[in-house]
Amino acid sequence: MEGKRLVYMDHAATTYVKPEVLDAMMPYFTENFGNPSSIYTFSRKSKSAIEEAREKVAKAIGAKADEIYFTGGGSEADNWALKGIAFANKDKGNHIITTKIEHHAILHACEFLEKNGFEITYLNVDENGMISLDELERAITDKTILISIMFANNEIGTIEPIKEIGEIAKKRNIYFHTDAVQAVGNVKIDVKDMNIDLLSLAAHKFYGPKGVGALYIKKGVKIENLIHGGGQERKRRAGTENIPGIVGLGKAIELATSDIDSHNERIIKMRDRLLEGIMEKIPHTKLNGHPEKRLPGNINVSFRFIEGESLLLLLDQSGICASTGSACSSGSLDPSHVLLAIGLPHEIAHGSLRLSLGDATKEEDIDYVLEVLPKIVQRLRDMSPLYETFKHKGETINV
Amino acid sequence: MYSDKVMDHFTNPRNVGEIENADGVGEVGNPTCGDIMKIYLKVDNNIIKDVKFKTFGCGAAIASSSMATELIKGKTIEEAWNLTNKAVAEALDGLPPVKMHCSVLAEEAIHKAINDYRTKNGLEPFADKEYVHDHHHE
Repeated sequence: MEGKRLVYMDHAATTYVKPEVLDAMMPYFTENFGNPSSIYTFSRKSKSAIEEAREKVAKAIGAKADEIYFTGGGSEADNWALKGIAFANKDKGNHIITTKIEHHAILHACEFLEKNGFEITYLNVDENGMISLDELERAITDKTILISIMFANNEIGTIEPIKEIGEIAKKRNIYFHTDAVQAVGNVKIDVKDMNIDLLSLAAHKFYGPKGVGALYIKKGVKIENLIHGGGQERKRRAGTENIPGIVGLGKAIELATSDIDSHNERIIKMRDRLLEGIMEKIPHTKLNGHPEKRLPGNINVSFRFIEGESLLLLLDQSGICASTGSACSSGSLDPSHVLLAIGLPHEIAHGSLRLSLGDATKEEDIDYVLEVLPKIVQRLRDMSPLYETFKHKGETINV
Repeated sequence: MYSDKVMDHFTNPRNVGEIENADGVGEVGNPTCGDIMKIYLKVDNNIIKDVKFKTFGCGAAIASSSMATELIKGKTIEEAWNLTNKAVAEALDGLPPVKMHCSVLAEEAIHKAINDYRTKNGLEPFADKEYVHDHHHE
């Protein structure tokens, strides 16, 4: 790849660390390395750095600082929320409601809870990936202790009706957790206004470092610990704090939420130009996810007659980084559970491509993708027996 | 994750296309699993004079089709029948375990095309093999 053009279109997978963020982190690797649990003056710098970061996270989502708990990333926050609420409230009930399109950190934690006596309802989504509030209300029983619904979907970008869900949860006196890993920095979040009781976030999705995240836990929520040990994080999350990571998270969330509107305006403009160009230049293409209520940087399309892994390999040869919901790229053999949940037939799900734009995306990157992608899709279609059948007989493939 | 050989055959696949009035055609796989392979044979005097393929699938599926067609070109029908999926995978310097079924698909497509040719020419089809795809859906 040396000297070759690199067009990074996978910001939903992870982002680079912004220089300002790295600068803020650096002193906490070297000079200010003190353990915040130590008593001497030197370690106070570490302690106050954590508290400053906590303030920043709280401010970004409309919470209070003492409702923010740092974790080792988004998956830990999700696991903590689900298992912690389940085990702390099992005297009240054993029923949890989530959706079919959650991240695996939620879905696999739910499978674990099912093995431990909990019952999980997985809500359906419509063809755009939206849950139904009616279905949610109908799913609630007197044993329901938690509703966990993602803020925005990582694959198709659909933004769920979080405030409405929060109202239902509050009315029925049920805890509401949202996995907001994809939403922070892209959607305005106010946990009080939206009646959110628990919220997961991860720094590396908004230009912070990997391996650090946070769980917002509303004051008064009854939750068990997940990581047992020392008394860090007000005795709720053990382990010596990842201070540079936490400082990076604080700086990154401050930057990411300081000017969401103008940030989104720029990204959406480029995203829409890219999407329109794709739809115009490549026939037999379907947009996956909600046409309007979607993350600003997200494009998810299915190209009929081709398979996603071969598409990614050819894009990679042109220096374009993207992802797919095709099974063949993941090691599992079924295509993405999200694409199946929105009702795509397997063969259409196999031909999906996710392009996610971010702060480093430039107009010329859009031009480049629009130049390269149609040729690659055509090249694969020319190799595809499905396309051959379609051309010869004008037949469709069970769509 | 793929060998250089796989990437070479994926990027520059040999024998892509169709043969009009082919003597034998074999199509295997299904779109649900994410791979379909179609092989066309031109046979003259029991020798595979030409072979083309079309494949819907991942990099390994395309590379396996390309390699398998290369390996049977110019061979007798019996030699082509005896090409195993392992030989295809070895010729590609190996495939990741999860992708071995792509080479099985190539063997199976060739077999289907050969038996199509034999049936069309009034010959007894060869006995089908058991194809282990190791391709379980969750």
